[in-house]
Amino acid sequence: MEDLISLAVKAIFVENLALSFFLGMCTFIAVSKKISTAIGLGISVMIVQSITVPANNLILTYLLAPGALAWAGFPEIDLTFLGLISYIGVIAALVQILEMVLDKYFPPLYNALGVFLPLITVNCAILGGSLFMVERGYDFSESLTYGVSSGFGWALAITAMAGVREKLKYSDIPDGLQGLGITFITAGLMAMAFMSFSGVKL
Amino acid sequence: MGLRNFFDRIEPHFEKGGKYEKYFPIYEMVESFLYTPKTVTTVAPHARSYVDMKRIMTYVVIATIPCILMGLYNTGYQTNLAIAEFGASGWRAAIIDMLGIGFNAANPLANMAHGLLYFLPIYIVTLVAGGIFEVIFATVRKHEVNEGFLVSSMLYALIVPATTPLWQVALGIIFGVVIGKEVFGGTGKNFLNPALTGRAFLYFAYPAQLSGDSVWVPVDGFTGATALAVSASQGFQALAANGMSWWDSFYGFIPGSFGETSTLACLIGLVFLLATKIANYRMVVGCLAGMIGFSLLLNWIGSDSNPMFAMPWYWHLVLGGYAFGLVFMVTEPVSGAHTNVGRYIYGALIGFMVVMIRVINPAFPEGMMLAILFGNVFAPLIDYFVVQANIKRRAKRHG
Repeated sequence: MEDLISLAVKAIFVENLALSFFLGMCTFIAVSKKISTAIGLGISVMIVQSITVPANNLILTYLLAPGALAWAGFPEIDLTFLGLISYIGVIAALVQILEMVLDKYFPPLYNALGVFLPLITVNCAILGGSLFMVERGYDFSESLTYGVSSGFGWALAITAMAGVREKLKYSDIPDGLQGLGITFITAGLMAMAFMSFSGVKL
Repeated sequence: MGLRNFFDRIEPHFEKGGKYEKYFPIYEMVESFLYTPKTVTTVAPHARSYVDMKRIMTYVVIATIPCILMGLYNTGYQTNLAIAEFGASGWRAAIIDMLGIGFNAANPLANMAHGLLYFLPIYIVTLVAGGIFEVIFATVRKHEVNEGFLVSSMLYALIVPATTPLWQVALGIIFGVVIGKEVFGGTGKNFLNPALTGRAFLYFAYPAQLSGDSVWVPVDGFTGATALAVSASQGFQALAANGMSWWDSFYGFIPGSFGETSTLACLIGLVFLLATKIANYRMVVGCLAGMIGFSLLLNWIGSDSNPMFAMPWYWHLVLGGYAFGLVFMVTEPVSGAHTNVGRYIYGALIGFMVVMIRVINPAFPEGMMLAILFGNVFAPLIDYFVVQANIKRRAKRHG
């Protein structure tokens, strides 16, 4: 249990997907103008992340890993080369389902997220989460923890970013830096503040 | 008043349509430095108050005076103590020799003079380097150079170690002024504290010159860990063996950056800032509560391998930059939270973070700088949730 808690803290703060790996930057920067939308997107990413990482873990363990098909009578088969495409497939299917659910039950959020909801499919934070799970050899409970907490870390980062950007509406930014430029600078400065966690060993 | 007449005579040249229209910010800077600005608000709402930005900033500079004096004395004192052991060298020693002041650590005048020889170059470089960029931005972007820069540069000069190479001092303040403040439009429009942004930039860019054991006392060959580094490796009980008692730390006779060592001087500044209502007491209360609460919790949890867990809160208070940050950085109104409830939460977050970084993160012995930057990042979010909660509560009350 203690391992899982420290894994969660690590995934949220120390190895924050957005601010220490800079994954998922396109949505991070595009959908962080308003706090309410950012929270919505953050929750969607968290949901997708906490389903896809454990789901991909199951696929890896029971279908793809060397010897994983022993239960079906093929102990010598190694399907890991199909990893990338299966993970993306799982992610795409899940995002499709999430999109339909949001469209039906939360239309305002669905409209606010617009094109960025389907874009979660190719959000590198999501695929990155699954690939980290493979690389670090998490088991099922670890992948569940990692999925929830890394998604939460990303959501926290984008919400904080949206907060700062709402405050920056009152700033007087030079013409050349308005929009994307100042957002990148802001993200860099936020990453500097998140450095306070780098080096924490749990 | 000859000088006033002089300003009145040359003013038309700097106003719109004048010969030197482009240089108005520079004229305005010099004039408002010497005289009260005569501009008043022309459109409603009219709030009558004698406290304008100039007065606020001047008060903060006044509040740092105890810290400056103690910093000068202590830097000279630590240096002279080390010189007694390792010998003096460099141009500062030559000046002291020339003036015949001597290196006696028991002589307060000698300490002050020696400290001044370290502080002045750093402060002058800070003012000139940062000032040049401030004026460039003001001239190009046609806003005013205001006293906010005086505060940032003073705070910045007080939180760098005495041994920092001067070009790094210049680089840090330029980063702080340009990236921390001017790209967002100048004073009052930034979201991070500019002085801390510059300091953090230096810290990550040049860790060899800005941290470690040999940077705190500017004498060749001298190494002495800061009190926090000692407590991180051997526990706070070992501080006494290293010649640092609690009262030493409280008065400020331990190695460290200029302004940070003396908790007493910071507290004098705090009383002044609270009395003049420049600092908001809610942030101070929150920050103290967060720090004390979390360190008590860690004391209670305890740890066999990490001696920092056992460090009591009154040691956290006097060591490192906690007191200085609490008084001058946490209470900064621009980058902090703006709602009253939010200020408590904001302070508590910083208090919690500083203990977290000091105790749990082995990479950084000191955490105040990063804790405040972290608080700055989350301040707008805290405000947002406080306001939302308020809206919800009132909607419920009034249906």
